[in-house]
Amino acid sequence: MSAAPTAARLGLLACEVCRLLSRAPHSRGTAHCPRCGAALHARKPASLVRTWAFLIAAMILYVPANTLPIMDTSSLFGTQSNTIFSGVAYLWTSGSFVLALVVFIASVMVPLAKMIALTVLALSVQLRATWHPRTRTRLYRVIEFIGRWSMLDIYVVTILAALVHVSTLASIQAGPAAAAFGAVVVLTMFASASFDPRLIWDVMGEQP
Amino acid sequence: MPQPPDSADIPEARVTPQRRWSLQLVWLIPIVAALIGGGLALQAVLQRGPTITISFSTAEGLEPQKTRVKYRSVDIGRVTAVGFSRDRKRVVATVELSKEAEPFLVADTRFWVVRPRVSATQISGLGTLLSGAYIGMDPGKSGESRRAFVGLDVPPIVTIDRPGHHFTLHAEDLGSLDVGSPVYFRRVHVGTVVAYELDQDGKGVQFRVFVNAPYDRFVKPDTRFWQASGLDLTLDASGIKLNTESVASLLLGGIAFQTPAESAQAPPAKENASFALYPDRSIAMRLPDTAEETYTMVFDESVRGLSIGAPVDFRGVVIGEVAAIGVDFDAKSGDVRIPVQVRLYPDRLLGKAKREALSHGALINKLVARGVRAQLRSGSLLTGQLYVALDYFPDAPKAAVRMRGGRAEIPTVASSLKELQTTLLRLARKLDKLPLQGTVADARKSLQALQATLAATERAVNHVDSDLTPQAVRTLADLSQTLASAQKTLAGAQRSLAGVNGMLAENAPMRRQLLDALRQFARAAESLRSLADYLERNPGAILRGRIERQPQ
Repeated sequence: MSAAPTAARLGLLACEVCRLLSRAPHSRGTAHCPRCGAALHARKPASLVRTWAFLIAAMILYVPANTLPIMDTSSLFGTQSNTIFSGVAYLWTSGSFVLALVVFIASVMVPLAKMIALTVLALSVQLRATWHPRTRTRLYRVIEFIGRWSMLDIYVVTILAALVHVSTLASIQAGPAAAAFGAVVVLTMFASASFDPRLIWDVMGEQP
Repeated sequence: MPQPPDSADIPEARVTPQRRWSLQLVWLIPIVAALIGGGLALQAVLQRGPTITISFSTAEGLEPQKTRVKYRSVDIGRVTAVGFSRDRKRVVATVELSKEAEPFLVADTRFWVVRPRVSATQISGLGTLLSGAYIGMDPGKSGESRRAFVGLDVPPIVTIDRPGHHFTLHAEDLGSLDVGSPVYFRRVHVGTVVAYELDQDGKGVQFRVFVNAPYDRFVKPDTRFWQASGLDLTLDASGIKLNTESVASLLLGGIAFQTPAESAQAPPAKENASFALYPDRSIAMRLPDTAEETYTMVFDESVRGLSIGAPVDFRGVVIGEVAAIGVDFDAKSGDVRIPVQVRLYPDRLLGKAKREALSHGALINKLVARGVRAQLRSGSLLTGQLYVALDYFPDAPKAAVRMRGGRAEIPTVASSLKELQTTLLRLARKLDKLPLQGTVADARKSLQALQATLAATERAVNHVDSDLTPQAVRTLADLSQTLASAQKTLAGAQRSLAGVNGMLAENAPMRRQLLDALRQFARAAESLRSLADYLERNPGAILRGRIERQPQ
């Protein structure tokens, strides 16, 4: 199966909009579907570059997302601002172990795992590695699936900010980390979306 | 496996020229992210203020991550940790401050915990009942930067930036004053007692008061402060007078001040100027005793009834007071002396202007030379209280102010009571020494003898009566005869005198001769007088004879 015929190898392109199959042009330039006019690509265009770009942006924003306060609670008893981690620590010390674990996994572990996994995938493609392509493909599927769940924190903050707004008695406001955290989640989703898993297998085909 | 369709059946894709730069656009995203992240990081670094430590005696109300530091109710930091000092005697709060608090962190900046407080003068920090305690700050003015502070246990009464002046007052005791007691000027509340403490030697109390800005200029170098605490009830010739500054000062005590009219135009007193705090207004407004001289007086009698503070009086004018009464044992001679130390205010005897002409102690020296001595006198026969009187004793032996042990000693005389006592004692001793027994016996004998004599006299008188009377009658008859013959003799004498009278009549020759003789005699006396005059002027004439002066 090392030299299995793929569309790309046969010089064929499928339109991603109207699904019309057409032959790849020989001249240089951007191919367009002869029927609907949509741009045609054998693989996602600049997949690796875009993945890297989104990934690096997500990694940069992950730092302020965790160090800056995500939520400012001001009440009659004073104001308090919490980072994600201090919130987790507070939940843990106050005895809500399950809740602490949920928040920790959803807000800290998942984005981190996603970024690590994407880095591994992008790096492996970049280095043209042939290591466990099936496992890597499964990893990609998992990433795609869990990515949206890390928005949990943002949901909590936005709902609280909207609900608890009893002006003088108590109010909750989203801190600067909330925006950064949201950006991290969105950027990792973009990164995983722009990654083309077919690239994993392309390398396999070239191997003798 | 189906054959791949003929490539000819599949239409060829259309081609448009490629826009190569569009691929690079995606890198804008990490660049923007990096800019945002870098900006946030930079902001965090720039916002990050200094970390300081404040030590408190208790951590009551301090919670890490929760307790704020506020200046004028603006959040400028928070407590990050609360621990113990190295000696575990104090609590050390680590505080992270914001960037703008940096210039506040100087040596004299003060921190305290704001908790709800209820005192007689005010209720403060009620807001912290709900919000929890916070740390208040009063930024200092020093130029010296500092990171470790010692927190105050109570909030400062006066913050550093409040305009006004601090003054120091010295008093004998605290009275009913306390930190926060009001300071009045013409019954206007113009300041506060900021602090008080005992003197180092424990001999008085030192107050620090703060007078607020527009009023601090009324404090002159000559201003008098007095304790306006409570009631001032005076009973004098004009009736009963009741005086108080305000109802608040009645309960809490207070300080009032006033400047004597003559120094009202003086420039305001300087910061931290020192004043005396008098017990009441009348004492405060008296002439100030700027010059003070200390003397010792040694009394050779009991000083029972003489108390410290007893007046020293010069003919009714109080010019000083007793400062100390000691006992001085001279081991060499075994004598015990009782030196009484007095403070004299010579200004009270002299005007201030005259005072400057006399050097230190000169006045007392002069007075002592003129016979002034110190004497203990009884102020009241009822209580037996003594006072020291300075008065003229012209009969006192000559003495001068002596220096003994570094102190000038004013000579003393025994008190009049004591003098009387000694005189009586002397008299009693003399009486005691008289041989009364013998005297009485002698007197008795004399009386007996007298009695005998009287009896003898009586007998003699009786004898005279019986024996001498007839004889006396006879003698009287003889006397009468003698007188009659004497009368005849006198008549003869009268006649002889009439003859003499005729001889001395106006035109009698004898009288004229006598007059001539007298005139000649007068002339002779005159020439004798001129001779005596000449001789007096020229005594040599006796030897050399009279020299006629040649006209020049």
